[in-house]
Amino acid sequence: MEFFHSVPRFRFMAQRRTCYIVSALLVVGSLGAEAFHGLNLAVDFTGGVVVEAAYSGPADLDRTREALRSAGYGDVAVQSFGSSRDVLVRLPPLGASESAGTVTQKISTALKTIDAGVQIRRTEVVGPQVGKELVVKGVTAMAVTVLLILVYIAFRFRWKFGVGAVLATLHDPFVVVGVFAITGMTFDLSVLAAVLAVIGYSINETVVVFDRVRELFPIMRKSAPIEVFDRAINETLSRTVITKLATLIVVVALYGFGGEALKGFGLALIVGILAVTYSSMYVASGVALDLGSSHRDLMPAERRAPVDDLP
Amino acid sequence: MNRYPPWKSLLFAGVMLLALVLALPNVFGEAPALQLSRKDGEPFTGDSAVQTFRELLAAQQLTPDAAFVQDGRVVLRFADVPGQLKARDLIDASAPGSYAIATTFASRAPAWARLIGLKPMSLGLDLRGGIYLVYEVDVEGAVKQTLQRLERDYRLALREKRIQYDSVEGGSGAVVVNLKDGARLEDARSALAAVDSNVTLEVTGGGSGPATVRATLSAVQVKQRQDFAIQQNITALSNRVNALGVSEASVQRQGANRIAVQLPGVQDASEVIRLLGKTATLEFRLVDQSGNALEALQTGHPPLGTKLYQDRRGQPVLLKREVIVTGEQLTDATSAFQQGEPAVSVRLDARGGDEMLRTTRENLGKPMAVVFIERERQLRDQGGQKVAVDVTREDVISVATIRGVFSNQFVITGLTPREGQELAKLLRAGALAAPVFIVEQRLIGPSLGQDNIDKGVRALAIGSVALFLFMAVYYSAFGLVANLVLVCNVVLLTACLSLFGAALTLPGIAGIVLTVGMAVDANILIYERIREELRNKNSPHASIKAGFEKAFSAIADANVTTLIAGVVLFLFGTGPIKGFAVVLSVGILTTLFTALMGSRTIISLIWGRRVSITRLPV
Repeated sequence: MEFFHSVPRFRFMAQRRTCYIVSALLVVGSLGAEAFHGLNLAVDFTGGVVVEAAYSGPADLDRTREALRSAGYGDVAVQSFGSSRDVLVRLPPLGASESAGTVTQKISTALKTIDAGVQIRRTEVVGPQVGKELVVKGVTAMAVTVLLILVYIAFRFRWKFGVGAVLATLHDPFVVVGVFAITGMTFDLSVLAAVLAVIGYSINETVVVFDRVRELFPIMRKSAPIEVFDRAINETLSRTVITKLATLIVVVALYGFGGEALKGFGLALIVGILAVTYSSMYVASGVALDLGSSHRDLMPAERRAPVDDLP
Repeated sequence: MNRYPPWKSLLFAGVMLLALVLALPNVFGEAPALQLSRKDGEPFTGDSAVQTFRELLAAQQLTPDAAFVQDGRVVLRFADVPGQLKARDLIDASAPGSYAIATTFASRAPAWARLIGLKPMSLGLDLRGGIYLVYEVDVEGAVKQTLQRLERDYRLALREKRIQYDSVEGGSGAVVVNLKDGARLEDARSALAAVDSNVTLEVTGGGSGPATVRATLSAVQVKQRQDFAIQQNITALSNRVNALGVSEASVQRQGANRIAVQLPGVQDASEVIRLLGKTATLEFRLVDQSGNALEALQTGHPPLGTKLYQDRRGQPVLLKREVIVTGEQLTDATSAFQQGEPAVSVRLDARGGDEMLRTTRENLGKPMAVVFIERERQLRDQGGQKVAVDVTREDVISVATIRGVFSNQFVITGLTPREGQELAKLLRAGALAAPVFIVEQRLIGPSLGQDNIDKGVRALAIGSVALFLFMAVYYSAFGLVANLVLVCNVVLLTACLSLFGAALTLPGIAGIVLTVGMAVDANILIYERIREELRNKNSPHASIKAGFEKAFSAIADANVTTLIAGVVLFLFGTGPIKGFAVVLSVGILTTLFTALMGSRTIISLIWGRRVSITRLPV
């Protein structure tokens, strides 16, 4: 079976300016969503208390809230989680007077007044300072990753390609985070890991296209750089589509069947893969092209020596 | 003809064979088990210990599926949970309080696998259930304690030298001494310097008016004090975690001032926190040589003015009732070598030094002992009900002869290097504890853990089957090769993770799923190249060869960049994120190996020998 029987001839690079605008809108939109809608950060980052409990029958959220209020926890978020029997209780960070142990104890006692058979499946108590550090660490990790990749690409290709790759790469996590801001899904540690994986994946994609560009430049010496880039994208298009489908298959399985704990991780990767596909084709190549990548940038060094000087 | 060098094929086959063996223990799963360790810290050795427990259980018609010694602990594996719990109660009743009994899980892998050191991947907390605690050591509080101690010592030193002062005040990183009479400034300075010569002293005023000495800790001293505080808490926590007898428990330093404790399988958070929160202390006492310790043990009546103790080997020791110095006065204890002999060097504060000076002067040549006191909670059976009882454990951890007169600095010798390290650790653990508090606490119930495993495995299974079908349909026979290579990849990845002793977490499973999804990329790159070559009217054999060669640089570059992301994740991540990073990074390496070498080997094996092929099933 084959989707592309011959190499297609789409003119990707002709649309790159439009794509810059689209990308800029995506990034601005994502930032806007984060600013106005806010990101639903998990306790991992904000600090606080989370209790996951399973009732023996369908959960009554209002009664749960009521029970917690009479236990002294007015400022509490209660939502259903996964099945109709499971609830997730979330509290802001603890005051200095309360210890992690007593809070979880009090919550479970409160829930038992509704249903004696309630099962506490998970409790998490995170201090606010731990969360703050995680945010700093996460941002640092992203910055270091991007920087190292820029260095690697600049070393393996040319700096113009490095800049293109990094811009495309930076673009993808914005899109992912933006989707989490809009949908209001919880952004937790595993989603952060997924975002970092998307960064790696994005580079992976860009490199495949650039590798083809590098290969084509010496062969297509007479052609304009834009044609080289177009042909490189077209020649790798079949592989791009198949690989994306293959990865999407497993990631969708994670999203759909991995349970509540892997849902966010799965969604981040689904969005990430779609963003990566787009950005590796348009943004990375477009930027490398607009920075003036030409034959000279990628020709082997010895061929660049002036041959005409010889008698 | 398309021949792949035989040595490469053999290498691939060899690695895969080894990987199969290494990954094998993961297939057998786990069964409920008990893990027994002796409360006195001595390891179990040999078959006799195992035999004792077997016989004990056999008397009640209970036979463990397997019984063996592992890392100094006896492991008894049972077919079901009721058997496990019955055995626990039997063993506990046979010798109350002498064993730490942990209910846990043990691998069902056959004995030979265990004997050659094969282990399955251990399950992380999110899969097994358990408690994860992060303690933060209040390092600033620890420094404050040092300043308070300095303040006390300074008062004592000035009083001794009969130097009058208006005030000695500690706070905001310094101790300030205000003198009444500036004329005695130099005397005061030298008296203060004698307390601790490492402290920086700044002098203002003097002459006939009042004068001030400001004492500040150097940066090195502050750092030392902080490290001491953290080490001390790690030791204390490790001791108590070991006493819990939980298998695969871990106590690790995390970052600058945190300690992470993992207790798989433990569920009672508040009880555990109470247990771990107990502080230990020390007492230095003289050994009573006039009485007979054995006799005191038999009669149960130690002579007047003495108290009966046991050392770590269970031998009775009679100590005098007077306490010379307590743990609160101990400022440091380090194991070191003195004249080529292992030694523990101990430092006390000034008050402790004075006491020690008086004692050693009067008792030269007599033995002195150190008692380690720890309060712990034990569950006792009382009329069929489990009741928590506070038990104070007092162990003599060192008996040494006083060989000279000393005050606040001395060394303890006559130890093996291991004993020296152990003693220094215990001494530090018994010193005045730096305050700690819990900044993170996670508890995962066992049902959620099982749920996570089931769903993770289900996602992996569904994703893989769908992917296999897709590859087989799209690339026909070559797609099947890719699937086989994928299976090899997962086996190799499992083998590596088992070999490293990595714990499998939910993000780890997600990492495996992602690896599967991304690993096909390498095969797709190769196959697309082969198709391209075929389209350009190259012969099948040449196409295979060119396909692999031309795809190589793209595969290598693409994977190195993803590897960079994986390594950074590992360096910056904690807990589950680290688990994901390990799987992702190792997965990339196994992907490179299997996709490049494995695919080539299999393809050459099937199509390489056929001289006349006109079409490739790609």
